[in-house]
Amino acid sequence: MYFLKRILFLVPLLVLISFLAFVLVHALPGGPFDRERAPASPDIERHLLAKYHLDEPILKQYGRYLNGLLHGDFGPSMKYRNHSVSDIIAAGLPVSLSLGALAFCFAMGVGLPLGFFTAVHKGHWQDYLGSLAAAVGICVPSLVLGPLLIMLLAIKWRWFPVALWASPWHAVLPTLTLGLYFAGRVARLMHEGMLATLHSEFITTARAKGLSETSILLKHAFRLAVLPVLSYSGPMLADLLTGTFVVENLFQIPGLGVFTVNSSLNADYTMVVGLVLLYAVLLLVLNLAVDFTHCLLDPRVRYD
Amino acid sequence: MSLASRIREPSPGAWRRLWSLWPGLLLLAGCTGSEPRADLVIINGPDPETLDPALGTGLEDLRVIGALFEGLARNDPVTALPIPGLAESWEVSPDGRVYTFHLRDHLWWSPGQPITANDVIYSWRRVLDPRTASEYAGQLFYIKNGEAYNSGKIQDPSLIGAQALDARTVRVELNHPTAFFLDLCAFQTLAVVPRHFIEKYGEDWMRTRPLPTSGPYLLQQWRLNDKIRLVKNPFYWDAAHTRSAVVDCLPISAPNTALNLYQTGGADIIWDRDNIPNELMDVLSRRPDYHTFPYQGTYFLRCNTTHPPFNDSRVRQALALAIDKHRLVEKILRGGEPVADHLVPDGTAHYLPATGLGYDPPRARRLLAQAGYPGGKGFPHCNYLFDSASGGEKIHEKVAVELKQMWRDQLGIQVDLKQMEKQAYQVAQNHFDYDISRSTWIGDYNDPNTFLDLFRSDNGNNRTGWKNAAYDAYMEDANRQVDLTRRAALLREAETILVSEEAPIIPIYFYVGFTYYNPARIKGIYPNLLDDHPLNAVWKTGLGKD
Repeated sequence: MYFLKRILFLVPLLVLISFLAFVLVHALPGGPFDRERAPASPDIERHLLAKYHLDEPILKQYGRYLNGLLHGDFGPSMKYRNHSVSDIIAAGLPVSLSLGALAFCFAMGVGLPLGFFTAVHKGHWQDYLGSLAAAVGICVPSLVLGPLLIMLLAIKWRWFPVALWASPWHAVLPTLTLGLYFAGRVARLMHEGMLATLHSEFITTARAKGLSETSILLKHAFRLAVLPVLSYSGPMLADLLTGTFVVENLFQIPGLGVFTVNSSLNADYTMVVGLVLLYAVLLLVLNLAVDFTHCLLDPRVRYD
Repeated sequence: MSLASRIREPSPGAWRRLWSLWPGLLLLAGCTGSEPRADLVIINGPDPETLDPALGTGLEDLRVIGALFEGLARNDPVTALPIPGLAESWEVSPDGRVYTFHLRDHLWWSPGQPITANDVIYSWRRVLDPRTASEYAGQLFYIKNGEAYNSGKIQDPSLIGAQALDARTVRVELNHPTAFFLDLCAFQTLAVVPRHFIEKYGEDWMRTRPLPTSGPYLLQQWRLNDKIRLVKNPFYWDAAHTRSAVVDCLPISAPNTALNLYQTGGADIIWDRDNIPNELMDVLSRRPDYHTFPYQGTYFLRCNTTHPPFNDSRVRQALALAIDKHRLVEKILRGGEPVADHLVPDGTAHYLPATGLGYDPPRARRLLAQAGYPGGKGFPHCNYLFDSASGGEKIHEKVAVELKQMWRDQLGIQVDLKQMEKQAYQVAQNHFDYDISRSTWIGDYNDPNTFLDLFRSDNGNNRTGWKNAAYDAYMEDANRQVDLTRRAALLREAETILVSEEAPIIPIYFYVGFTYYNPARIKGIYPNLLDDHPLNAVWKTGLGKD
């Protein structure tokens, strides 16, 4: 019931978001057709504005846009005049999603075992080394990590391609660049969660009952210790799916990250609103999914 | 037993689902698949906004459009001067106002329909049609009634001064003798597009395959922000001379990425300076791959002449005379750019540019004193507007800092630097919301008119508020001349007013063309003022096909 309500609430929220985005982007100085080179006559500019209905009052434009949305039409891109916003999203989203999901898997696949391992060996050299690695992952921004990886692995040793998006090999360096920070964060969260759990009473009880250490760690402690990571994974996945501008730019990956930044610089109105809506849906759905998973994993959590 | 399979137990389903994503994702990531490398891979700069000849405006658009669609004339790969394209010959009337073009025999759209004179007329009318909303419709305003049709003053397209006399003859009537009309016929806006196809698919025609083309290449693939793949058009009339069968044009937004690709063999040619990292200019410019040549572009400053103190030509002249342009090009640009004292680049066809104001600080100080600001005393605080350069380079910013210092040291005036995003900067310039502003102009065709026309009083690109009746009269008079020598003299008079006597603009330097390629492997690129290198003339040796 609770989740049903939240899903129903999404609709007015999205309409509100689209309205705000629409009005705000139109309020920016400069339109999509303000260029260094003015057209030869004011008439040409008039035709351009008329073609994209930019000469109408803003509310009427918004009404037109909303009507299009109801029919699944995000409108034409004003910058890429041969493409519609839906086209661009349909081409770029799978790429951004793949990259984000790969980085997510990398972050989880490296972060969880690392956090678990360092917590179990608390105070030993394994802990220091592993924690140091996690700290480095968090501290080195992708803007630095990316070029370093390219220089070593792609240019010096030629193991991987320097850029572009054509084969699984092309995905390796971008995944590392994008995922390392998150792997570090996950490791830290897992580490803390594990330590906190190991000190709780039910673990002492389990030990007193004589359960094997492996069983305690994996069966009982892990399940609770992973909760902070789970809460973080929603925003993390959203970050990974939306915050790929630097990596996409660096590796020339045809995802949506580049459009996200450039569309507002180019005042490509329809593109900006389309992407804002897309990301809003992503964020809302992911948060919903995280809360739902919480319910499944932790029997103490109840929403009604 | 792996950790993963053990921890399945407490949370059945959730983890299994997560792990089972792995192979699927890898598949997804690789789904674009590897294709065979093209014969020629070119780094084309930002992604083209459109490949429709009527809509294209950016250099990166026009380069690809030129490979797909041809007009009555095309540019010679060596000189970039117009040579016969779809038309094999033409006659010009003695008064220079009527052109008669004769189309070649056996011209075909790529799937096989004939290209006729009616296609030419259709293509031009389409550019002028208000519903097309072509930004470059002005390229056809030289034709009689072209502007009137575009503005809606006349509704009947048959009144436009371009008619098909028969299937192979086009007659064009111009408003004035236009010395550069053939150059325009070779410009992409006037290229011939497939009427049957556009009428069938409407706005979606560019996204429909196979796309009929009139030029040397077919558009096999156009993935936004990824790549454009061109393959040789076997129906093109001069297909025998298309040197590369498959050409990829890559959009690259970061210059470092472009260079990385080039260095590892992923690309053969880098066009444009914006795609080469400026911080490596010293190293790169010493390599044999680095090619630079005079280019038709000028970096200059606009002064807002609508309010004091910049409404006084002595102040503007003083600002110009206080700039050490040599220092700017040697210290900041480092790419061999020549300094500019006049607006029209040296070497422009049928022209000898005017002499402008050089570097003369004592004279600058005298002029400023005469204007009422001795030693800069009493000179109001003013601002210098500039935008962020594309590709993350900081050239505009560095130039701004240098200028500020020169004006302070030489003239004693304080200038505040004001940086804006590109669109906001354009708006500020259009609304005279600036004092001095950085500007660029790239010529469309090889003629002084493409530069000097800007500063006529009624031109939308003037943006200085400067209106000068004598300048307008010279320009008007020049463009009525059939005699090119007389015309050049009149244009030169106009330019002298612009860059020396009145100085509403201050030229800084001329751009140079840049291409980065291995001269031992890549052939068919010739330096020319338009930086135009038709793709069908370019090829790579050692592919076993030459």
